[in-house]
Amino acid sequence: MTDRNRFFDLGKKGVTRRSALKGIAAGAGLMAAPGFVRYSQAQSSAPIKIGFQAHRTGIGAAYGRWYEKTTNAAVKLINDAGGINGRPVEIIVEDDGTDPKRGAEVVGKFASQHKTDIVYGTLFSHVVVGSAPTAGELKIPYYVVSEGYHVASGKLNRWVFQPGITDVRAQVTSVAPWIAANLGKKVTMIYPDYAFGYDHRDYFTPAIKAKGGEVVAQIPIPPTESSFTKYLPQIPSDTEVLYHVMVGPGVLTFVKELGEFYGSSKPQLFGFIDSLEAVDINSPGLEFLDGSHFWEGSPRYAQENDSEAQKAYRAAVGIDDNGASTSDSKDVSTAAHMFGCWETLYVIKKAMEDSGYKGPGDRAKLVEATEALKEFKEGPEHPQGDKIFNGKIHQVFGHQNISKVEGGKLKVVHRTSIEDGMYEPEADYTTQPL
Amino acid sequence: MAFGPHLLLATLEGLVTAAVLALTALGLSLVFGVMRIVNVAHGEFFMLGAVLAWAITTVVSGNPAIGFALALVLSPLIVGAIAWVAERLVLRRIEYNPEATIVATIGLLYIIQQLALTFYGPEARPVTPPFNIRIQLPWFGYSGYKLSIIAASALLLLATWFVLTRTRIGLVMRATQYDRETAQAFGIPVGRVYGAVFALGAMLAAIAAVLIVPIQQAHYLMGLDPLLLSFIVVIIGGLGSLRGTVVAALLIGVSDGIISVFFSPTLAKIIATLVVAMVLVFRPQGLFGTAAK
Repeated sequence: MTDRNRFFDLGKKGVTRRSALKGIAAGAGLMAAPGFVRYSQAQSSAPIKIGFQAHRTGIGAAYGRWYEKTTNAAVKLINDAGGINGRPVEIIVEDDGTDPKRGAEVVGKFASQHKTDIVYGTLFSHVVVGSAPTAGELKIPYYVVSEGYHVASGKLNRWVFQPGITDVRAQVTSVAPWIAANLGKKVTMIYPDYAFGYDHRDYFTPAIKAKGGEVVAQIPIPPTESSFTKYLPQIPSDTEVLYHVMVGPGVLTFVKELGEFYGSSKPQLFGFIDSLEAVDINSPGLEFLDGSHFWEGSPRYAQENDSEAQKAYRAAVGIDDNGASTSDSKDVSTAAHMFGCWETLYVIKKAMEDSGYKGPGDRAKLVEATEALKEFKEGPEHPQGDKIFNGKIHQVFGHQNISKVEGGKLKVVHRTSIEDGMYEPEADYTTQPL
Repeated sequence: MAFGPHLLLATLEGLVTAAVLALTALGLSLVFGVMRIVNVAHGEFFMLGAVLAWAITTVVSGNPAIGFALALVLSPLIVGAIAWVAERLVLRRIEYNPEATIVATIGLLYIIQQLALTFYGPEARPVTPPFNIRIQLPWFGYSGYKLSIIAASALLLLATWFVLTRTRIGLVMRATQYDRETAQAFGIPVGRVYGAVFALGAMLAAIAAVLIVPIQQAHYLMGLDPLLLSFIVVIIGGLGSLRGTVVAALLIGVSDGIISVFFSPTLAKIIATLVVAMVLVFRPQGLFGTAAK
């Protein structure tokens, strides 16, 4: 307390300016010291701030809305159970307009203006690729719930993680054997003409070849296309399986025009539900999909053998047995992907607890703690199923579902093993300096 | 697929594109021609037409044809009313100053788009077509509804032509377009004509959107493409020329269909843009336009 006394004596004794400054500095030092009661209390109860880079507008808005609902549901549960390291979690949302340039700006805003602990929640691959360098420069951990192979490929940096959802390469590798065995061997691929589509093209083609199949035609479609009939004559007539993956509002048109083009004499269809997320499978024009198959990350419709964790997760997020909002049955969710938000938040929680995370100064420790994670058990924190995490490529591996459209619902007919989707890692982020 | 049927499919696709494009571009061309302003929000009126069509068909139960018919009448009327209000409240206040109008309509574009996102949402939503007939040709199947779009568009274009050339309203519009001040001196209420033309332009876009929405879903970002294509058509066809707009829409629509079937959609866009550049260099008033006074 001597410092304090000197401080208070300042006016009376007429000390020099230099000693006054010393006193102020010492006082400031005292306040910054760990023992200072008011400060330490503020730190222990101050919320952990998670910057949520959300697609509120732009092409990804339908996904963004459900990502936000899932995030809020998970955060509420985490907070009700005591938060992370005894501190509540606060989500700060910024809209990136599903635009890579704005995405990078949003990451910067989180780091410097909102001063969030981490950034989280991006879906669209081009936004992830556009934002990742900024996260790397600012050294802020960036947990994405995307799908592309960009994280696992090693093309991003040490600060980017994808611990809650599998990547396209694993997905197509694990469904290819089932397609070859059950649907047919001659496959025509229809995919969007950008990175996400190329991941499908580049990894499905060898995967089906390994099982004695063959890709007979590859038809890329520009993402802004609104009419598809003109592409359909390019489908070879000996095609046994039409593999379609598309993202964007044009998908209903695509299916409808496919139906008009083929009538009843159609090839087998295998699609990625990405195209039909947030779209009612019973929409007019989609009758053509009856009997066709889809990949689903997490099943949209409640299944007979759903685990208790899956049921609890669906109730918490607020979706009914048809995968639509419990408050509006016409409001169909993006169930196949949004579980990834839930699971990612629990991975963040685990990593923060493992590293004893206290604040932005511990970001590097958080990265190392995330890399040290090995596996996640199926349960309330991971309702989609158990998973294996590869810390070198920052990517998680899990089960995939293949569902059949039957009677206006999607019924899971096959669930792949985690090993089905494993591949030889091509990168090692842990060698990069932090 | 053999060359013949392939070409037939390409031409059919091109005609559907051309039919919708002609209506949308005609709306832009009218506003451009009569009012001498660039309406950047034109595509949003198109989007609004589609979104309203979805809303109307959702409210009306029973046979999808009833809801669709209602949408075909009501949706353009509502869009027209909104456009009229926007014209009275905004464009008139800035006295149709060309630069200010561009900025104002860009603002209008964002306001309409974000309101649609707020109240309609980010999803693409389908509208049931009034009838579902699949025409089975020997080589491929084709949608009967798509063929009806071509017919409906042709009828509407004829009706517009009739109104513009054979009625008193059309005469007033043409007079205003020809010489605003003289028209005013002859007692034509130019202000009201402007309001009406702006509304009519928006209504044409809305009708085109209602026609296309059963095959292309309503989505809040759907207005951009029609806007760009309409500009291309209007520049090639010539400002305010009905005939030019239709010819240019056919040219762009059919060539887009054929080129994108046989080559690639990107090449079709490249060629369309190249044509615009060539027209601007060699015939700035457009194929059927008259040189500016």
